[in-house]
Amino acid sequence: MPILEVTNITKQFGGLTANSNVSMTVEEDSITAVIGPNGAGKTTFFNMITGVYQPTSGEIKLNNESIVGLKPDMVAKKGISRTFQNIRLFDEMSVIENVLVGMHSHLKANLLSILLDFPVTKKEEIEAEKEAYRLLEYFGLSSLLNEKACNLSYGAQRKLEIARALATKPKLILLDEPAAGMNPKETKELTEIIRQMGKEFHTSVLLIEHDMKLVMGISEHIIVLDHGEKIAEGNPDEIRSNQKVIEAYLGSAAVN
Amino acid sequence: MLHEMIQSLPQVLIDGLTLGTVYAVVALGYTMVYGILQLINFAHGEIFMSGAFIGTAILIAFSSMGLLHSIPSILVVIIMLVVAAVLTGFLGMGIERVAYRPLRNAPRLIPLITAIGISFVLQDVVRFIAELAKGNYIITGPSLFTKQIHIPTSSISSVFHDSSFKTSFLLVLIIAIILMIALDFFVNKTKYGTAMRAVSLDRDTAALMSINVNKIISVTFFVGSALGGATGVLFAVQYGTIDPYIGFILGLKAFTAAVLGGIGNIRGAMLGGIILGILEMFAAANLSLLTGGVLGAEYKDVFAFAILILVLIFKPEGLLGKPVAEKV
Repeated sequence: MPILEVTNITKQFGGLTANSNVSMTVEEDSITAVIGPNGAGKTTFFNMITGVYQPTSGEIKLNNESIVGLKPDMVAKKGISRTFQNIRLFDEMSVIENVLVGMHSHLKANLLSILLDFPVTKKEEIEAEKEAYRLLEYFGLSSLLNEKACNLSYGAQRKLEIARALATKPKLILLDEPAAGMNPKETKELTEIIRQMGKEFHTSVLLIEHDMKLVMGISEHIIVLDHGEKIAEGNPDEIRSNQKVIEAYLGSAAVN
Repeated sequence: MLHEMIQSLPQVLIDGLTLGTVYAVVALGYTMVYGILQLINFAHGEIFMSGAFIGTAILIAFSSMGLLHSIPSILVVIIMLVVAAVLTGFLGMGIERVAYRPLRNAPRLIPLITAIGISFVLQDVVRFIAELAKGNYIITGPSLFTKQIHIPTSSISSVFHDSSFKTSFLLVLIIAIILMIALDFFVNKTKYGTAMRAVSLDRDTAALMSINVNKIISVTFFVGSALGGATGVLFAVQYGTIDPYIGFILGLKAFTAAVLGGIGNIRGAMLGGIILGILEMFAAANLSLLTGGVLGAEYKDVFAFAILILVLIFKPEGLLGKPVAEKV
């Protein structure tokens, strides 16, 4: 059963069509990749799924429920979380606080209970901190707990962003170029993490990535965008040998 | 001359600390809103003033019902604080909803002007209500905690004079400190505080982490305004007489305190408030001495704002603020 179902979505910015009639599905507990040359409309596609942009037309369903028109925080509450192409951590907050922000909507305390039912709130905060710690342990960041996020190495920041996204307990996690700027060793480690975390945290993964080794290595299903349109989809082997995909990446001159 | 300045020091510290804690708590409201919206909420001084009026109204009501002698004063003050804090909290939240939210994406100067407009509206509404109810907009409530306490500071060392304070001084000091500790805890340890800091660092990313940004901004205004309103009550208890214009100059001073500590920084606002209060009282006590009688105590405001100017010139990021690199 698909967790995410996108049907014919189009996004126009004035005269520019960033996405045109794109349809796709993400199966539950699967890893799906969106690839395409620069400017193909991949990030716009992500922004529509997360509610940052509203599609000009089309339908997006999470678990058979439409999420078109919802604000980003509501989409996140429904179970879609994401990371960013250019890392966007809360730089001035500590590593664990970044993860705690992700847990925000799962904490039940409200303003009144903070004032009136203090012990219960306190207990909940402690539970949240424990859970955040476990997450950081999984990503090998637990020793950096109280470090400011901006002081982390680039690779650690990437991992922290994924940890923060997982803290929202997403049904679907979107990774926007998770391996960008990483060295081969870090990429390899990250590939393993992505492969494992779907099972570990019961979440489906949808990722944008330029590192073909990573994409081909872990994706069960691949969607190829070019000039805002879907030109191909299938498993890694099908994509590798697809004529249209090769043309999009290398230009038709290279093929002929 | 130095001798005389030292003689008055204990009294300066006591008065400065009272004034300073009042500045500090009001400064928190400026700094919290600035931190989250980069907006200087000039109406905050009027929220403080509204709190003072709400508190005094409750006090007058209690006194006209003859309850002041049957209920312990501390209970009366707590009722005043809670009611004023809740009402001004909602007032602040409402102002944000009506006046600032529609302008969220407008150039920054526009909500600033709106804030000034809101403060005029509040001044005049309060003045109107006060004149309607009492026939005069300058209101003096019944005094509480008027007992004078003398501290024989001269017995510590003969260089000091004796000092004295009203019991309300202790009340103001203790409650203001409790408020500051509670806020510091709220911001650093609770989920709303964490969310608030997240929103102030990166609003869009916070939204993608399932934080309802509008709600957090409302909470910020509620908490900041409630603190301002509660401080208004403390001010009314300490100084007795209030008018609809007290918020203006006090608001500017608290703003100065926020800038001094580093605007956007919560602990900075507390520190800035206390430093400013003590410096101002020091100036009030010693200006005529220092200038040989040319400038009197009435120049203490000039002194406070001179500090603002100096901070803006030499350390614009404030004492605890971080320098911001200009983006080119």
